[in-house]
Amino acid sequence: MVVEQVLFFALGGMLLLAGLGVVTLKNPVHAAMSLVLTFFTSSMLWILLRAEFLGIVLILVYVGAVMVLFLFVVMMLDINVTPLREGFARFLPVGATVAALMAVQMIMVLSSKHFGFDQFAQPAAVTEGSNTEALGLELYTNYVYPFEIAAVILLVAIVAAITLTHRKREGGKTQNIDKQVQVRRDDRLRIVKVASESNEGGGT
Amino acid sequence: MIPLNWWLILAALLFCISVAGIFINRKNLIVLLMAIELMLLSVNMNFVAFSRYLDDMAGQVFVFFILTVAAAEAAIGLAILVVLFRNRRTINVGEIDSLRG
Repeated sequence: MVVEQVLFFALGGMLLLAGLGVVTLKNPVHAAMSLVLTFFTSSMLWILLRAEFLGIVLILVYVGAVMVLFLFVVMMLDINVTPLREGFARFLPVGATVAALMAVQMIMVLSSKHFGFDQFAQPAAVTEGSNTEALGLELYTNYVYPFEIAAVILLVAIVAAITLTHRKREGGKTQNIDKQVQVRRDDRLRIVKVASESNEGGGT
Repeated sequence: MIPLNWWLILAALLFCISVAGIFINRKNLIVLLMAIELMLLSVNMNFVAFSRYLDDMAGQVFVFFILTVAAAEAAIGLAILVVLFRNRRTINVGEIDSLRG
């Protein structure tokens, strides 16, 4: 059990440090890398909470897709960081104060008096059945309708992202359906009268 | 033996860091989006912790849906960011005031 606590503190500390890096690092690429580390550590923490499937999904979906998208955008746009950093020092005291106040309040509420072992007993160790199987059983029975709505949301996101960023290029080769439908025979076909050759005296 | 409130405090601290990040990076749209991702992550951690300690799978199902919606949100947000940069050559939040009357 001590191993679990050591893992919790090591991963939790790394998580908070990486989170601090995301919001304080100057270079957006470094911030994105720090966010990747945040996702990795929290996925390990979720695995510590026996949520293996979600831990793997977090790495696959977030590190594999969302963060790659972030890095793509950060590197593609030629961003001048200096004007974006102004106000950093000015708002730092305000931000730190608000965050510290929130943290103190939340820690007071989340004391072990209300959320300790008395209220929430240490869960039993998982002995049989896989987390993926249990999650799948829930998703495809009780939550099948929200599951399909989630699929539609993803489809909407695909369509929205493509229509937002798509632009017409000059000289692009695209179909013009109107012109294709309106085409007439004369536009495409030219009948040429060719005098037939006489075959007299000709060889084979 | 990790009590539930340790997990909740960890998630709360992560949430506070991202709130501070929104305060201090209010000019940089990309870091703002990243701070929102961080917030969603901390909320998800609460869900997973409660799901484990209450022995209820519903929490993890909700994390699944939140991940879906967050991925869609990130994709659309970044698409808007790209279009914005193409039109205005800046992502400085201070200069985006076209909708101000």
